[in-house]
Amino acid sequence: MARMKFLCDADRCIECNACVTACKNEHDVPWGINRRRVVTINDGKPGERSVSMACMHCTDAPCAAVCPVDCFYTTADAVVLHSKDLCIGCGYCFYACPFGAPQYPRVGNFGSRGKMDKCTFCAGGPEQDSTEVEYAKYGANRLAEGKLPLCAEMCSTKSLLAGDGEIIAAIYKERVIQRGYGSGAWGWQTAYRETITV
Amino acid sequence: MLTKRKSGQAGRTRLQTLMGAVSSVPLDRRTFLRRSGLAVGGMAAVGAFHLGTIKKAEAISPPQPGVPIELRKSICTHCAVGCTVTAEVQNGVWTGQEPSWDSPINRGSHCAKGASVRELVHSDRRLKYPMKLVSGQWERISWDDAINGIGDKLREIREKSGPDSVYWMGSAKFSNEGTYLFRKLAAFWGTNNQDHQARICHSTTVSGVANTWGYGAMTNSFNDIRNAKTMIIMGGNPAEAHPISLQHLLEGKELNHANFIVIDPRFTRTAAHATDYVRIRSGTDIAVLWGMLWHIFENGWEDKEFIAQRVYGMDEIRKEMAKYPPEEVERISGVPGEQLKRVAEMFATQKPATLIWCMGQTQHTVGTANVRASCILCLATGNVGKPGTGANIFRGHDNVQGATDIGLDVTTLPFYYGLTEGAWNHWARVWEVEYDYLLSRFDSKEIMEAPGIPLTRWFDAVSLPKEQIAQRDNLRAMFVQGHASNSITRIPESVKGLAKLDLLVIADPHPTTWASLAVQGGRKDNTFLLPVCTQFETSGSRVASNRSIQWGEQIVKPSFEQKDDYQVIYRLAQKLGLAERMFKNIAVEGDRPVPEDVLREMNRGSWSTGYCGQSPERLKAHMKNQRKFDLVTLRAPKDDPEVGGDYYGLPWPCWGKPELRHPGTANLYNTGLHVMDGGSPFRARFGVERNGQTLLAEGSYTEGSELTDGYPEFTMAVLKKLGWDKDLTAEELGVIQKIGSDIDKVSWSTDLSGGIQRVVLSHGCHPYGNGKARAVAWNLPDPIPVHREPIYTPRVDLVEKYPTLPDAIQFRLPNIGFSVQKAAVDKGVAKAFPLILTSGRLVEYEGGGEETRSNRWLAELQQEMFVEINPADAAERGISDGAWVWVTGAESNSKAKVRALVTQRVGKGVTFMPFHFGGWFQGEDLRQNYPQGTDPIVLGESANSITTYGYDPVTNMQEPKVTLCQVMAA
Repeated sequence: MARMKFLCDADRCIECNACVTACKNEHDVPWGINRRRVVTINDGKPGERSVSMACMHCTDAPCAAVCPVDCFYTTADAVVLHSKDLCIGCGYCFYACPFGAPQYPRVGNFGSRGKMDKCTFCAGGPEQDSTEVEYAKYGANRLAEGKLPLCAEMCSTKSLLAGDGEIIAAIYKERVIQRGYGSGAWGWQTAYRETITV
Repeated sequence: MLTKRKSGQAGRTRLQTLMGAVSSVPLDRRTFLRRSGLAVGGMAAVGAFHLGTIKKAEAISPPQPGVPIELRKSICTHCAVGCTVTAEVQNGVWTGQEPSWDSPINRGSHCAKGASVRELVHSDRRLKYPMKLVSGQWERISWDDAINGIGDKLREIREKSGPDSVYWMGSAKFSNEGTYLFRKLAAFWGTNNQDHQARICHSTTVSGVANTWGYGAMTNSFNDIRNAKTMIIMGGNPAEAHPISLQHLLEGKELNHANFIVIDPRFTRTAAHATDYVRIRSGTDIAVLWGMLWHIFENGWEDKEFIAQRVYGMDEIRKEMAKYPPEEVERISGVPGEQLKRVAEMFATQKPATLIWCMGQTQHTVGTANVRASCILCLATGNVGKPGTGANIFRGHDNVQGATDIGLDVTTLPFYYGLTEGAWNHWARVWEVEYDYLLSRFDSKEIMEAPGIPLTRWFDAVSLPKEQIAQRDNLRAMFVQGHASNSITRIPESVKGLAKLDLLVIADPHPTTWASLAVQGGRKDNTFLLPVCTQFETSGSRVASNRSIQWGEQIVKPSFEQKDDYQVIYRLAQKLGLAERMFKNIAVEGDRPVPEDVLREMNRGSWSTGYCGQSPERLKAHMKNQRKFDLVTLRAPKDDPEVGGDYYGLPWPCWGKPELRHPGTANLYNTGLHVMDGGSPFRARFGVERNGQTLLAEGSYTEGSELTDGYPEFTMAVLKKLGWDKDLTAEELGVIQKIGSDIDKVSWSTDLSGGIQRVVLSHGCHPYGNGKARAVAWNLPDPIPVHREPIYTPRVDLVEKYPTLPDAIQFRLPNIGFSVQKAAVDKGVAKAFPLILTSGRLVEYEGGGEETRSNRWLAELQQEMFVEINPADAAERGISDGAWVWVTGAESNSKAKVRALVTQRVGKGVTFMPFHFGGWFQGEDLRQNYPQGTDPIVLGESANSITTYGYDPVTNMQEPKVTLCQVMAA
């Protein structure tokens, strides 16, 4: 089986936010919930760099480790998913996540959290594939249709890559060799405990 | 089970630290502006926008499992890159958007806007029914009542004040066919007061570039920039304005190890990826370009052979350069000579090199001159007319190039024929109407041939005393179809104009700021809103910036009573009694003219610009066969049965009739190819000789040409001289004989048979001749561009040496720029308003922004209007990041209340505002002025409520890129 990963090539990211709206479009994510976002450092200064971030679908995911109701599971493609039926909205996973991925809709006027929501790698959830109930809870299931996450597929500069870790690592390596430099595979050490050596 | 991270990594990662900081410390403009929209949930923000109770919003149109999916293709409506949009349609509902892998332009990619276009057809904030102001209240009316009410009022105004008192403001968001019908409607109505967004984006590019080498358009393509070894982006921010172009630019940069140079007053998101960044003072482009050229001549880096063969007047430029030594250029622009030398050397010696620009060069009182100087830099270094070179002008709207070409412009009939009697006769022949009928529709022959009033000045034409306007009466009615009001400068003046109009019609998918400002101005009646389809709800062709023409299918039918542009124009033409003549050769189904037929009529008349070969059938074949076109050359293999040898989208000029199968022209002025492979010389447009020097090319010609030197444009007389007239068929000759009494004068651009073009091409020659490009354009106010200070400049010390041009009457109105500049200096305006204000785009929004600010996925990303201010200027004023500030302007006591974004992105003494916001005016929220439920999600002050007087003498382009302002804590 493939080991699915995300890789954002920060030398290509122009912070156009296509990944963000593609995600909204594909899953009809409501206002206030951002499964993916673009973070910019040194904004407006030389050395400005942007990187698109979402759930990285970690190896030994810390969210799963801290979940008191054990709602997380990892698919055969190594995608980290969760069950909204089990989730109690406790917020532990947000504290555990090194990428700030978990999101919670506000369901009351006193700050109470709803069920956690996060990037599914466009792989839906525990419900039956490509059903209305799966879409309503988790959004579209592109993986089941043989497609990759829409954020990466629509990336304006082919900066955000998604797919089998070995393939996207090879694409990135080729770019770094061609360019003669690279900003490194953002978040890989944290998420996958490995990096891409060129 | 708790997995412990390995020790030493217990602390948070760098990225996590950044993420965690979001809620307390502002990071960048987005996190700072939408803090509430991030990890904490952000539903509070929804409450702030009065969206009602807090609950999960209804899905707009979820996919329907098991229902067959139909894929339909159209083109994104948010910039001129021309990205294909692939829609999944189920049961007539747009349920999903897929990457368009086959398009050679976007290869699956989109930006934030393109990836969210599905929302547009589902938006609950669209205008759903025709509406009318009745005693200050918006009321729903029927289409019949709307058209009758508008038509009767138009007739009444025409009776009393003449046809020129009605202004037809059209749109770069029309398809070609919509543009053409709107242009035709204005002609049949009898006025040249018709215009569109090109006036305020690239009108100066068109005048500058066309006056240099023939046509006013991007010379190469986005894809071709992959060949460049040096790219200069001067006055553009494609990372935000044309994000998909960056795919080609960044890949080109990587593959060629290309120099990627950004010259701009602002350290843009594009500059963040540059190998070199040059910060200049706003409005000093000419000095900077001449500063580069000074080094090029000084060091002999110019392309001598290219200049000798293909350029007229370069010696005079060389002389002029003596006035721009490095010290003087640094004094004007602030750029050190050594830095410019480095950039100049790269551009001149590491070739092919391309110069890319956008509105940073064009939106100035010296816009045309800026563009000319840029072209001259390309000419001097031989960087035009080859792959990887060229003046790559990124245009803004999805069909602004098409709308420009089709003459939705105060100076010309379709396809740059101008307004002369000959031009009117040409179109009368194409339309099969009597010239005398058209003449009878105008106030006089003189006014029929006089350029109209540019849209930048519409409110001046309403408000100025009648005797200052060179037409029968003031403007009294505005018919606005698809144009924002807040993208035009001097909003306080336009609000006064809105109040005075006898009739205001807004035909648009959204009510736009026209509606909110009209109510604010005190309008109570005679104001109509017509709901119009987006391009996704109709079909037609649009022209991308690289001149490729792409056919968009209708993806879904409109949800409510919206009608497409064709229907609106047809119904109005019917009401005005013009439909029978206007649609003589165009089929109409119900009330909808068939766009394919409209395109065929355009094909029959557009010989001057080479829109004659792009039949609807060929364009549709291209959309179907997208994957066959090469990524870099844009060409399909020659042996393909449907699109063999064609360039993608048949980029104009595509000569002759469609049957001739000219492939289009991917790169203009490339003599390295045969004319039937898309090769072309510079256009012989300006005569054959000037002051004893030839204006025809010397020893340069396209591959395989039978004439191996320069030659003039082709007329029957020239054909006869060469003996090529014998090649014409009897049928072609028959058509030619019917065109005018003197057959010898019938030319490649007036021959409706296409015979002259066919014969000329068969001899490997080019219909428009083989001329030299002009370094000196003697017909312009500044034949050689010279630096001129902006009207409102902080450098008052330079005004005496570099004043703006004298006051003059232009386009029926006085342009008093010189007096305004002098008064500003005399009054010491620069002391009271010491900061430069410039403006530009954000990636999430487009144009006036009402459509994109109504899109929930985009609006969430940019929730507030802001002004960028340098930390030093902010500190002096006690302004902290994120604080409310008042920005005040130099005219009309203008003021705007916005958030401060303190950033080094702008230099000291400079402020920047995005121009997409509207719906606030002078600190007041105008949300209640919109018809209920049609207000955009995000409203804010318009940058143009602060911008000031200033018009380019050649096109009356406005000046939103440099004026003065003051900022103070609110």
